[in-house]
Amino acid sequence: MIGDGAPPDSSGPSVDDAELILRTVDVRKSFGGQEVLKGVSLEVARGEVVVLIGPSGSGKTTFLRCINCFERPDSGTVLVNGHYIGSKVNRQGRKVDASTREIAHQRAEIGFVFQHFNLFPNRTALENVMLGPVKAQGMGKEKARSLAIEQLEKVGLGTKVDTYPAQLSGGQKQRVAIARSLAMNPALMLFDEPTSALDPEVIGEVLTVIRDLASEGMTMIIVSHEIGFAREVADRVVMFDDGQIVEAGTPRDVFDNPVQPRTKSFLSKVL
Amino acid sequence: MMLASALQFDSSFFWHELLSPSGSFLGGLWRTVYISVLAQFFAVIIGLGVALARRSSHRTLRGIGGFYVWVLRGTPLLVQLVIVYDGLAATGIYTFRDVSVFGVLVLASVQAAIVTLALNESAYMSEIIRAGLAAVDVGQHEAALSVGLTPTQVMRYVVVPQAMRFVIPPLGNDFNAMMKNTSILSVIGVPEMFLITQEISSSTFHTFEIFVVAALYYLVLTTIWSIVQSWIELKIDRSWGITRSRQSLWAGLRARIKNPRSLGLVRS
Repeated sequence: MIGDGAPPDSSGPSVDDAELILRTVDVRKSFGGQEVLKGVSLEVARGEVVVLIGPSGSGKTTFLRCINCFERPDSGTVLVNGHYIGSKVNRQGRKVDASTREIAHQRAEIGFVFQHFNLFPNRTALENVMLGPVKAQGMGKEKARSLAIEQLEKVGLGTKVDTYPAQLSGGQKQRVAIARSLAMNPALMLFDEPTSALDPEVIGEVLTVIRDLASEGMTMIIVSHEIGFAREVADRVVMFDDGQIVEAGTPRDVFDNPVQPRTKSFLSKVL
Repeated sequence: MMLASALQFDSSFFWHELLSPSGSFLGGLWRTVYISVLAQFFAVIIGLGVALARRSSHRTLRGIGGFYVWVLRGTPLLVQLVIVYDGLAATGIYTFRDVSVFGVLVLASVQAAIVTLALNESAYMSEIIRAGLAAVDVGQHEAALSVGLTPTQVMRYVVVPQAMRFVIPPLGNDFNAMMKNTSILSVIGVPEMFLITQEISSSTFHTFEIFVVAALYYLVLTTIWSIVQSWIELKIDRSWGITRSRQSLWAGLRARIKNPRSLGLVRS
């Protein structure tokens, strides 16, 4: 890969950023003339759990999708674990757009968990988890198989290894999806409303898995409307409104003593 | 008098031709089968390429794909056939010649037939495949990208296999039509079932009998294909973990026969 030859560290993050897993600088994104992200800068340290809240259409999901380049930002910088995402440094030392192949490579260290799971319906739970390691990382089938079984056991689905998604409950599907991301050994996990499409009685099992990951020190950014869960698991809560971060702080600060009127009005609706 | 001659159905000739057809008839039947199968096989491969070109982000590639489909779908198969076999030879661009493949003689006209049918069918296949690819949820692309797959790998390992499920039913419909369309290959002298039948008809004057025999053999071919198609669909469903409440292959087939549209008997 071209990007690997010249490490972007020279012109990218400084030594102080060694413990930063995510750094975004002034990320902007418009869709058809409508500016959805109006310059978002956020830093997330290793092991930190950040929960993004805010009204729908405030840009939380778009921001999450810009981090792993599902949406290419119009401007701004995204660095994950010291590497550019969606861009690279060329031989002249200038930052340029990365090719789709290079982005695929960059994305491998970012896990993404979708609201609607997006499991591959024609693959068993095991095959869902194995695909990334085998095809993207070139891991041997046997090694990938034992890794996948290990990840499925970790999310409590050791008995569902050979089950197809159609035969799993929503909560089980989402846990397979989490195992699928974990199998790539990501530096950062992104969750886009991971429990919004679930029946109330299975939300708990997915939150338990996320909670376990947090206690293991996984760095995570979670878009969620589960305020109770955010209060419990988040190190930091970030409030989005109108394409910008309007307030950020510990759950206690943001939920109990919000400063911004927009945060107050949002919380009064969801709490 | 007229009525009497019209009622002369030579049943012994009919049963003989139906139950122990001549070697030349069986040869024609075999050509019909392998020309259709080979043409369909190449049509799927070319069609996939054209479908991917039409979905490409590259404008020129999209244009070429669109032009290909426009021309091949917009002109009659019969005209294409004559252009490929006679037209190219007449202008000296390319002349098909009999060749021996693994010791089997393949007639020039048969080669031209396979090429033309494959090209013609590929235009239709590309549209079917394009629809199949579009039917795969965009979330599947993103899930595959999220585990580090390149766009090419996403297509190969995730999108194309899933599109198969949407592609097989209309593909089956097209293949059914193509097996019957091989009858027009007689115009360039391909000795397939229809041409052989015509020859038998003109040498025996048992026109009605022998064409009913031919019709029955075409029906056998399309019926075998619809069984194969049901089997493929069942296999795909199983590979998705979808079990149709213990419905057997035969039950599935009975359901298809009850619904004539699924057999291609009714054009929608």
